[in-house]
Amino acid sequence: MPIDFLYPEYEVVRDASRCIACRACERQCSNEVHAFDEELECMVSDESRCVNCHRCVSICPTRALKIVKTDHTFRENANWTGDTIRELYRQAGSGGVLLSSMGNPKPLPVYWDRLLLNASQVTNPSIDPLREPMETKTFLGKKPTKIERDEDGRIKTELTPQLELSTPILFSAMSYGSISYNAHESLARAAEALGIYYNTGEGGLHQDFYKYGANTIVQVASGRFGVHKDYLSAGAAIEIKMGQGAKPGIGGHLPGTKIVGDVSRTRMIPEGSDAISPAPHHDIYSIEDLRQLVFSLKEASGYKKPVIVKIAAVHNVAAIASGIARSGADIIAIDGFRGGTGAAPTRIRDNVGIPIELALAAVDQRLRDEGIRNTVSLVVGGSVRSSADVVKAIALGADACYIGTAALLALGCHLCRSCQTGKCNWGIATQRPDLVKRLNPDIGMRRLVNLVNAWTHEIKEIMGGMGINSIEALRGNRLMLRGVGLTEKELEILGVKHAGE
Amino acid sequence: MKRVYVDEKWCLGCHLCEYYCAFANSGRSSMVKALKNRKIHPRIRIEGDNQISFAVSCRHCTDPICVKSCIAGALSVEEGVVRIDEEKCVGCETCVLVCPYGALMPSESGVMQKCELCIENAGGKPACVAGCPNKAIIFEERA
Repeated sequence: MPIDFLYPEYEVVRDASRCIACRACERQCSNEVHAFDEELECMVSDESRCVNCHRCVSICPTRALKIVKTDHTFRENANWTGDTIRELYRQAGSGGVLLSSMGNPKPLPVYWDRLLLNASQVTNPSIDPLREPMETKTFLGKKPTKIERDEDGRIKTELTPQLELSTPILFSAMSYGSISYNAHESLARAAEALGIYYNTGEGGLHQDFYKYGANTIVQVASGRFGVHKDYLSAGAAIEIKMGQGAKPGIGGHLPGTKIVGDVSRTRMIPEGSDAISPAPHHDIYSIEDLRQLVFSLKEASGYKKPVIVKIAAVHNVAAIASGIARSGADIIAIDGFRGGTGAAPTRIRDNVGIPIELALAAVDQRLRDEGIRNTVSLVVGGSVRSSADVVKAIALGADACYIGTAALLALGCHLCRSCQTGKCNWGIATQRPDLVKRLNPDIGMRRLVNLVNAWTHEIKEIMGGMGINSIEALRGNRLMLRGVGLTEKELEILGVKHAGE
Repeated sequence: MKRVYVDEKWCLGCHLCEYYCAFANSGRSSMVKALKNRKIHPRIRIEGDNQISFAVSCRHCTDPICVKSCIAGALSVEEGVVRIDEEKCVGCETCVLVCPYGALMPSESGVMQKCELCIENAGGKPACVAGCPNKAIIFEERA
């Protein structure tokens, strides 16, 4: 047997005085950590298989289990950390590219946490959202540059197609294939119940979910999986995915083992074939090319639906967004470097892209400077973790926020970051039927609705405290923000003053 | 009348319902005290395999054949709930033979036992329903 360089990262701690050997942990762990030892007549565990997803911990009826990080340690130093050493050993063993999932876990600055919100005192009254109306309704799409009147002097009220959201939150793109049927059903039903939208991702739209079309954004990505006329017509908007925050500049790869049954049919590719999304769209090498695709999609869907162009936040994001705004797109979606993924090369996920807060501020300012901010709406994502992040994003200039990881957490995800194994114990990032059924959409949908309703309540409370009664009045209102512990340059890019100023 | 229904689509085969049932009928204050180092005798049983499974317990038939078959008069229907008087049961197991669902079984003491919808314990809300992690066991009124 070769030398095992890696000591398990987590330890399973079982309180023997509580364990009743019901074996629920054993039955529920797809990684086969737990087993019943007939000889010893007790439960035993193989912690080397544990991914710390907490499925066993959550269902144990006597709370006999907990998972702890091992205190076994390498001879670490500030340069060669345990994680760095571990990854190096793994690569020396496998010779492969390291894969990871979910968002960038590195301790890079989270600007949301360095921004503080304002509140009214004495001279400007705050508003109590329980007593006074508070508007969270948001429209996404082009807004007219000026008021136009017809020959009789009446104001022309016809607008280009808009998305109407009851609250400035959307579920971000997660494909059917990367997540399960039941996860998609939960998102679709929650979006319908909330009056918001979910996004199909690049895997096409399952036949069963066409009925939620009014609350669906259909995505067209570089692989063009599952794209056909009915698909484009089914949704409320069409999103062209140019990039993803977790892996800017590279494509996607859904292994053939996940292309089974309905996933294969929905993606319109043969069973067992790898679904490879190229890094670029092979027909897009310029803004002019992008414009062609934007208008091809508009033409195909009868100019009835707004077109979104989604990009990853990268160094020149402001200039790129300016180009997109001129390509005819109605909405620009920007995904920050902390955005999630079902699988990405670890080095790309952890080292490529820029924080969404800086990208958003830069894009909003650039579009304003160029006088074209009204021609597009801005949707941002890439680790929006709470209602406070939503409020800060809107104050920085966003029209709405995409939430992906937060939505998955509501469905039961415990951020174990092993989606790429396809053995999700929570029935989310898997296609194994026995695991998929662990996510009952009746429960999943309710939890998503609860989450967004809770955030909406909080958004109203926070806005009320600032004396603001609508999302419209908060948007781009950077005077409501102050930075703490930020440099002059950071404040300049964010366009906010330092606390105390 | 409210009955326990099962939905095999959502049953995970985790068997937790069996343990919640055994605990609820144990009269003990904690699951550990009730079930540790014991063979459990639940009134609900999971059938099936890892692909399809479902929980089976008394259907509380409107015309229960077990009640008709009981030679000791231990089984009766009270407000729709099929109940068993363990004092009267003589352990002949005729009810076990006739029940098409396999919903009666010998208890630890040897007399028969069956699901009584937790009316005497767990506050009248079936413990299997409350304990199911995936809403695969439902307590509701159906036409």
